[in-house]
Amino acid sequence: MRTDTADIERPASAPAFQHLGLGRRIKNHTATVLFGLAFVVAVIPLLWVLFTLVRRGLAPMLSTEWWTHSFYGLLPNDPGGGIYHALVGTLEQTLVCAVIAVPLGVTVGIFLIEYGRNSKLARTTTFMVDILSGLPSIVAGLFIYALWITTFGFDRSGFAVSLSLVLLMLPVVVRVTETMLTIVPDELREASYALGVPKWKTILKVVLPTSLSGIITGIILGLARIMGETAPLLILVGYSRAINFNLFDGPMASLPLTVYTARKTSTEAGEYRMWGAALTLVLLIMLINLLATLLSKLFSVKTR
Amino acid sequence: MTESTNSERRSAPPGETGNTLVEPPETPVPEEPVTPPSEPGEKKVVRLGDRVFQSVATGSGIFVVAIIAAIGLFLLVRAIPALHANEANFLLSGQWRTGDPENMAFGIIDLAWITVASSLVALILAMPVAGGIALFLTQYAPKVLARPFAYVVDLLAAVPSVIYGLWGALVLAPVLKPVAVRLNETLGWIPIFADGNVPAGSGSNVFTAGIVLAVMILPIITGVAREVFARTPAVQIEGALALGATKWEVVRTTVWPFGRSGFVGGAMLGLGRALGETVALTVILSYTFEGPHYSIFDAGATFASRIALGSAEFNNNLTVGAYIAAGLVLFISTFAVNAIARWIESGSARGKE
Repeated sequence: MRTDTADIERPASAPAFQHLGLGRRIKNHTATVLFGLAFVVAVIPLLWVLFTLVRRGLAPMLSTEWWTHSFYGLLPNDPGGGIYHALVGTLEQTLVCAVIAVPLGVTVGIFLIEYGRNSKLARTTTFMVDILSGLPSIVAGLFIYALWITTFGFDRSGFAVSLSLVLLMLPVVVRVTETMLTIVPDELREASYALGVPKWKTILKVVLPTSLSGIITGIILGLARIMGETAPLLILVGYSRAINFNLFDGPMASLPLTVYTARKTSTEAGEYRMWGAALTLVLLIMLINLLATLLSKLFSVKTR
Repeated sequence: MTESTNSERRSAPPGETGNTLVEPPETPVPEEPVTPPSEPGEKKVVRLGDRVFQSVATGSGIFVVAIIAAIGLFLLVRAIPALHANEANFLLSGQWRTGDPENMAFGIIDLAWITVASSLVALILAMPVAGGIALFLTQYAPKVLARPFAYVVDLLAAVPSVIYGLWGALVLAPVLKPVAVRLNETLGWIPIFADGNVPAGSGSNVFTAGIVLAVMILPIITGVAREVFARTPAVQIEGALALGATKWEVVRTTVWPFGRSGFVGGAMLGLGRALGETVALTVILSYTFEGPHYSIFDAGATFASRIALGSAEFNNNLTVGAYIAAGLVLFISTFAVNAIARWIESGSARGKE
């Protein structure tokens, strides 16, 4: 390859690219425009959905009754009503789900990074987490139905929904924990070992606190995702128009279920409630997303 | 100089050379981690806390594996009695009569058609767009804008599926009506665009469903594609630029060949999501008792939406078993699709390292 050093000084041939051929220029520009258009194509449905939601769902948002009342006792044609019962249900179900899924998921993440490292079990677990993250939500619901309701003999309840949501949230938590733990520099662990700190204490007091903000952000994003799940709710809990605080007994409303159920009453009042609930759901999810971004901004120094 | 370019070039064809590189570390360390090897200061003194903590962590790993096994097992066990009571051929029949446990006849062939058709329509529409977005975000968009733009695309994934369903059924379907009618009129001689079992103008057909699904899987495919395209070695891009390639030629000769298999893996992930999507399709598709005409203007139910529609019937174990049998088929197919997706992706990741 290398010949005389003198050759390096001057180009082997005259520069060939004084101008581009017309065909190449056209192709290049077409490609640029097409790729840009692809992005625009993706933005259109997003804006369209949001616009539709705001236009049709804003009216209920503005009344105080919407936030303080339920649909209890309302006939299909009665105007008004509030979303309080569904908010209670959604928040309770997702919170209970998080209480189960977060410790479990974080432990699995710790296992994968701190203990498993390339063992056969760790690789199987990673694969199964992948499969779990692709699990259709309706299958998660069916499984909990087969386990909790048919086999164990419990009734349909909000808690069964929480259980099925655990299956959907678990892979998110595991992934986030994994990613955040790998970011933690090995020097921190080694410094801790050098001081004679046992491994479990190192994990609990050094590794986890270092990656905590990232994990929390990820968990909150995961929560926002499962909040909108509707499919498992359809088979695991009945819809109630009244307020029900009890996760373990009786039908319980939630935002997505309210949207789905209100779709069946095709009256004007029904549409009012449907779009109102839909906008409330999206607002809640956006609020949580915002919270997650804020948290990660606030604590991002720690992860660096 | 020559060495580095050569090694880059060698890594360019993904898959072949990479496999041999990754194989060795897998064999020597299978049973090792039982005694923690990474503690430099300790000499076989396993403390109680360590032992407890490790077994809890390992146990949770086993638990995840057990969950997947349990899902398959429970669905199978609950499906078998219903399959025995089934009077029709489960795989080849198109009817779905499950209300009376004494007299059940159900089969999945029609469900399979609607599921596959709507997912494929979604995939065909979403793949080029997702690829374009990923290339735009990684190669074209200015660095400052790439991040917020990517965030916007990710927002598509944050919208709950029930809301996509409402939007698709009440807002998009009326808009699509003239398009569907025109397609049906002009291209009706192609079987796939022929008359379906509902009028093409009704909007509650696979055509609308596929478009909405395409929007829903767009962020998934884009996310994966963006990641692989961004990992294209800068050396290759700069090399192509130095040879006088235009931006498009850079993309065609370096970025695309490098990220292709990862992109396909991402598309498979999207397919898995589309196959299992429930509520959006339940809201959009109208349910008819007439069998499908194998056109994209068919209506009907997918596996998932059939289960969701049937939730009112869940009052005895046999009826539920019929739906669980459909769920089992769905579980197996998404399992397979996801496994293939991960396999393609990990293969492409190996090719790069």
